[in-house]
Amino acid sequence: MFTYIAGMAPRFSWIEAHPTGIYLPSADAWIDPAVPVDRAIITHGHSDHARGGHRTVLATRETLAIMECRYGPQTGQSLGYGETLRIGDVDLRLVPAGHVLGSAQAVLERGGERVVVSGDYKRRPDPTCAPFEPVACDVFVTEATFALPVFRHPPIRGEIDRLLAARQAQPDRAILIGAYALGKAQRVIAELRGSGHGGPLFIHGALQRLCDLYRELGVELGELRPVAGLKPAELAGEIVLAPPSALNDRWSRRLPDPVTAMASGWMRVRQRARQRGVEMPLVISDHADWDELTGTISEIAPGEVWVTHGREDALVHWCRERQITARELALVGREDEDD
Amino acid sequence: MQAFSQLLDSLIYTRSRNAKLDLIGAYLKAAPDPDRGWALAALTGELSLPAVQPSIIRALVAERVDPVLFGLSYDYVGDLAETVALIWPGAETPAAPPRLSEVVNELQLMTRAQAPAVMTRLLDRLDANARFALLKLATGGMRVGVSARLAKTAFAGAFALDPDDVEEVWHGVSPPYAALFAWAEGDGPRPAPEDAPVFRPFMLAHPLEDRDIDLSDFAAEWKWDGIRVQLVHVGGETRLYSRAGDDITRSFPDVAESYRAPGVLDGELLVRGDFQGGEAASFNALQQRLGRKTVSPAMLRDFPAFVRLYDILFDGPEDLRPQPWTERRIRLETFMSRLDRDRFDLSPLVDVSDFAALEDLRLGARDAAIEGLMLKRRDGPYVSGRRVGLWYKWKRDPLVADCVMMYAQRGHGKRSSYYSDYTFGCWTENGELLPVGKAYSGFTDEELMMLDRFVRNHTVARFGPVREVEKTLVLEVAFDSVHASKRHKSGLAMRFPRISRIRTDKPAAEADQIETLRRMVS
Repeated sequence: MFTYIAGMAPRFSWIEAHPTGIYLPSADAWIDPAVPVDRAIITHGHSDHARGGHRTVLATRETLAIMECRYGPQTGQSLGYGETLRIGDVDLRLVPAGHVLGSAQAVLERGGERVVVSGDYKRRPDPTCAPFEPVACDVFVTEATFALPVFRHPPIRGEIDRLLAARQAQPDRAILIGAYALGKAQRVIAELRGSGHGGPLFIHGALQRLCDLYRELGVELGELRPVAGLKPAELAGEIVLAPPSALNDRWSRRLPDPVTAMASGWMRVRQRARQRGVEMPLVISDHADWDELTGTISEIAPGEVWVTHGREDALVHWCRERQITARELALVGREDEDD
Repeated sequence: MQAFSQLLDSLIYTRSRNAKLDLIGAYLKAAPDPDRGWALAALTGELSLPAVQPSIIRALVAERVDPVLFGLSYDYVGDLAETVALIWPGAETPAAPPRLSEVVNELQLMTRAQAPAVMTRLLDRLDANARFALLKLATGGMRVGVSARLAKTAFAGAFALDPDDVEEVWHGVSPPYAALFAWAEGDGPRPAPEDAPVFRPFMLAHPLEDRDIDLSDFAAEWKWDGIRVQLVHVGGETRLYSRAGDDITRSFPDVAESYRAPGVLDGELLVRGDFQGGEAASFNALQQRLGRKTVSPAMLRDFPAFVRLYDILFDGPEDLRPQPWTERRIRLETFMSRLDRDRFDLSPLVDVSDFAALEDLRLGARDAAIEGLMLKRRDGPYVSGRRVGLWYKWKRDPLVADCVMMYAQRGHGKRSSYYSDYTFGCWTENGELLPVGKAYSGFTDEELMMLDRFVRNHTVARFGPVREVEKTLVLEVAFDSVHASKRHKSGLAMRFPRISRIRTDKPAAEADQIETLRRMVS
């Protein structure tokens, strides 16, 4: 894979891709490792990127706070967006990825070579996090969660409008939205607020701590109330958010004949939505869709693209058709999370 | 096209029947003519368009999309129409999408050679949802979980009409149903079925619960365990309709061919028993003939069908439905002389004076084709649906067996958080439990909670959505009959099994043996 040029060190010899993560030998540091390590650089707080048990963690302040919320106290160092830190013989800078609160791309430079590990990202506006910042580079490491041309996420405003219309039309039913507990739930809440929904929103207990944390970190979410202890009649006509696993669980029985909605990029495909028993699929994703993935690669115009997880084959094919060198990294442990 | 495609999309995700009725009704009231008429035709399966072959669609998309990317996408999505609808490069909100009527018009008029160009032009003018609707229309498979009957019921509901009335005028109208909508909105006359062999909704019976009726007002007949059928012959055409109004003429050509007397009759379709020309066989034998589009000569020979008649709705053009039952019975007996005796006979009257005698008769009926007794009010007219006080059915008591719960599965819709579908078994001589049936009704809401709790607390294995449970809970299962079946390992299949009691008092080892069930086979 590496190209040798006579008399020179091989290109990008200072960064290695292993099944368990991307490794920087000179710093003995791993980016988003799948197993506990001494020194981890974490792009964002989702559990398939931020695992517990690392000895030290380097991440944005927000990502560290999310990890502490999930795994308890972390020994680590926070790095603000735009600040540079030398680790080993590599300069590390974190820039916003637009995925969830605190999400960052790791910009790595050494000897005139620049590699951007983008983690998970999206290009759509999101009131709960800083927008993705494109950085020119030699190697762009990208995700491929929705890397098929059938995935085109519609504008979120239309999805939120449908949700509010359903609530209006069925005042006797609760609207139950399944949303990933970190990022998606808070984004849906913030978008509801942005659409003028001012009243209280009701949340499943599993969302409480992360919503509290978002607020501590300065994200406005308005009034949130726990569902626990309420009678079905008190939830008629209300909007309730819960993790996807609770949608068809016994927990949902306490809601009055709920309209089951699910906020996820997978909802674009009818069969996926039907499998989940969803009545109202909301195509809302925190990942880049096909146009965002290919558009970002065109915009950044990297010399090489490394694809981490998802539908790698399609994105690699697309790059090669355009004479862009591309390869699959086949990392372990990355999931099609309930995006 | 936008409104229609949104309707289809919503129907795909809606499980409740009432919610589907509301969705369709709201669309039919709001959409303009003739769009709503074409939509109704699409939902009732009466929109006939020249089918566009999937190969044409594949060729079109190959011109627009990288074939490798299309292949990977198709593998992921799994449905051709949906893959093409999603992947087709086009604007998310097209400037001037065509109306449904325009789409239908184009599809109807195009020749085979024009299909690729017409489809491309339409796909370019639609958004992803509407592209999906177009492709489903053009390739001929709606599959949105709506039956013709449901669509008609929704139409009736939207305009406050009687569904049976709609059913009756239905065969006199054709897409896009301008006359039907005009009538529904009070702007036109009731469309007349004229000389068409149309379906008239059946008269149905209430279960007999109290015995506070005066038996002298009623005539009694056996209740036959076959398929309710309406025979129609008018204008040289014959039709057989099932209870739901489905045309089943092609499944029973032997009966249809021998019915040539103008009129409309009501009776029970049965097949002959073991001996040719003998008595009626069990429902199980009849099932061999059901649901077949074409019938082989062997089928016709081995399972010859006949109709046992019990009512007449029309004698030639004369509508007898307002006449009392006694008058109709006389007319039916007269009508019998015009019929082939091999294919038609008359359901005999049962002579009874009091309930005690009737009870004896009901219990004594051991004929496999008898399900119970019918009581029909002598002065009652023939009216569609279930009217109080006119017809009663008095079924034989169901059979029961004590079975052991073996597996459970989640239900649908409102029951999706409950394990509400149960597979249960009985013991073999070797002390092995074998499944004998599956039931998902008969229990109260409280019992469902209890059963759900039992399943969750006694799961021993999971197979996808199915849980295997400890074999400790005895369920008393009621069923109408039990038959030999090759489908199940136990060699038995129950008809209409339901949970009648939860026998927490009974140890599993004391549940019934398969042998006991086998002795009940009719």
